Amino acid sequence: MAFNYDKYLRLQKMPTLWCWGCGDGVILKAFVRAIEKMDISQDDVCVVSGIGCSGRFSSYVDFNTVHTTHGRTIAYATGIKLADPSKMVVCVAGDGDALAIGGNHTIHGCRRNIDMTMIVINNFIYGLTNSQTSPTTPKGMWTVSQKAGNIDPTFDTCDLAIASGASFVARESMLDPKKLEKVMIKSMQHKGFSMMEVLSNCHINLGRKNKMVSAMENLEWIDSITTPKRKYDAMTEEEQLNILPTGILKQDTEADEYCDMYAEIQKVHQGERKKITQDDFAKKI
Amino acid sequence: MATREIISTGNELAAIAAVDAGCKFFGGYPLTPSSEVMHVISDLLPKVGGVAIQMEDEIGGICAVIGAGMVGQRALTATSGPGMSLKAEQLGLAQMAEVPLVVVNVMRGGPSTGLPTRVSQGDILQSKNPSHGDYKSITFCAGSLAECYTEVVRAFNVADRFMQPVIVLLDETIGHMHGKADIPTVEDVQAGIVPRKTFDGPAEEYFPYECEHDEPAVLNPMYQGYRYHFTGLHHDKFGYPTEEIETCRKLIQRLEDKVALHEDEVESYEEFEMEDADVMIVAYGSVSLAAKESIRHLRAEGIKAGLFRPITIWPSPAAKIKEHTDKIKKVLVVELNIGQYHGEVQRAAARLDIEGLFKVNGRPISPYEIVNKVKEL
Repeated sequence: MAFNYDKYLRLQKMPTLWCWGCGDGVILKAFVRAIEKMDISQDDVCVVSGIGCSGRFSSYVDFNTVHTTHGRTIAYATGIKLADPSKMVVCVAGDGDALAIGGNHTIHGCRRNIDMTMIVINNFIYGLTNSQTSPTTPKGMWTVSQKAGNIDPTFDTCDLAIASGASFVARESMLDPKKLEKVMIKSMQHKGFSMMEVLSNCHINLGRKNKMVSAMENLEWIDSITTPKRKYDAMTEEEQLNILPTGILKQDTEADEYCDMYAEIQKVHQGERKKITQDDFAKKI
Repeated sequence: MATREIISTGNELAAIAAVDAGCKFFGGYPLTPSSEVMHVISDLLPKVGGVAIQMEDEIGGICAVIGAGMVGQRALTATSGPGMSLKAEQLGLAQMAEVPLVVVNVMRGGPSTGLPTRVSQGDILQSKNPSHGDYKSITFCAGSLAECYTEVVRAFNVADRFMQPVIVLLDETIGHMHGKADIPTVEDVQAGIVPRKTFDGPAEEYFPYECEHDEPAVLNPMYQGYRYHFTGLHHDKFGYPTEEIETCRKLIQRLEDKVALHEDEVESYEEFEMEDADVMIVAYGSVSLAAKESIRHLRAEGIKAGLFRPITIWPSPAAKIKEHTDKIKKVLVVELNIGQYHGEVQRAAARLDIEGLFKVNGRPISPYEIVNKVKEL
């Protein structure tokens, strides 16, 4: 039987404002299927989004939803999570949202390893506002703010997350929705900060001047710049240049999670344990 | 009402007040001269099962506080001028989405980095409109150590009543002043807590932003079966983004009117020696302490001066100010800025001959400066 998405959607908000052929819908559907498979109540999930095309994600799904300001998803989500650590918090942001204006919160969300999942929909461009350069726009591509060609070096979302201390880091594209759904489940089940980068197309605003005017052309380009981590690891450094590995890139189940650590702080102040020392961390508290 | 005596500082009293008023979350960033609020509350909150987190920046601090407010908690942040500037956009979201929270702003010299460790009252106009757009700010200003406590308690109740941020202004002098304060007992404070309104009917009949033209949204705590949407966009009764003309107009008009038509509920001021006054001094915050001292000296010399001290700065007690300025010819506004509230007193009085005594070098105004100025009038 075909999957029925209706239960999880705000049908009165349909159709979405996403362009025809946009990958965001594929990602939204994978997310909904992942939640269904995790068998978690809609009441126990909070979806937090930022600004941009991805920002509208939260208004289309029937959970507790928050559409925040540009770049601040993780900061809002940190308050939401700490206010009730028993509930699941999922952030959805775009590449500009998460890596440019919100870069600081992304770094520190990863560093704190607070239990939430950050889905970064990377379409390599500011799509909603008509093609300005984002931190992931490849060098040499045309954007409305750099019509002579982008000269800004690109950010690697997953490298940044790993370096900042996220305990789960994965990258998938919307080309394989079934695999995306599976990795999404793993990212949401992981206890700690999960960075889930999903590569998506924007043939309208990335593709129009970069020779990818159809969704298919844009997706073929994404296919050409990605390869599974296993294959990637076997490649030479020269071959790895400009290729993004996909799959689970980091998974550390031993890392201290922030809400758990804060519960220890509460115990100290309530007289139930002595203050936390460096030795305690060596012994895993 | 029973009181208790406590020896403390303004900043510490603000932190204690928040916890006594049921605050369970603090998010912030170190900022002189407000940092002691974070130092104290980070010890107090974990004791009562709450959370205090030092975020990566000022913006993160207010975002986390709004997030906790969305879940349903009473939440606080503390900062000073530069932090207020950074928090401005998020305060706009809290106004738009109607999320209650309290901001304690301990004012220091500005603009920019200014005079970080010295006193100022330069954030008066900023607190009226920290964010772009139309809304009606509610701002209190503590004029004594005790008020650092009582105004923070009041701010939490008012934030929940009007479902919006409430700013409590301290200045560096009041925040760092150390002394004795008579404050209400915890029992009295807790008995006076008025939590935000909630809806307890069936979920399909719940429309968080469907309310009377002058009433705030009714936002149930998260995770209780009433799923809805928060957004900084113009939104409809569900909270969903919309550009429908009449819905947009009504929303912004309601954000104004929910406070404007209920100003009596937040109005607060003190009148000191005003009954027979020939000279009216308007001052607030730490300056009002110098003003009171100056009035004692002036009265000893036969000059009948009195003090009008607004405690609720915004919305201003304009009608009360006019009542006095209609009768009293000599009016002097004393403040640690170049006339930020002076303009408001002129507006309220509908008079352009309101005198001012201003200081912007980071030093307090002494009673003698006020005495001398009054004698010149």
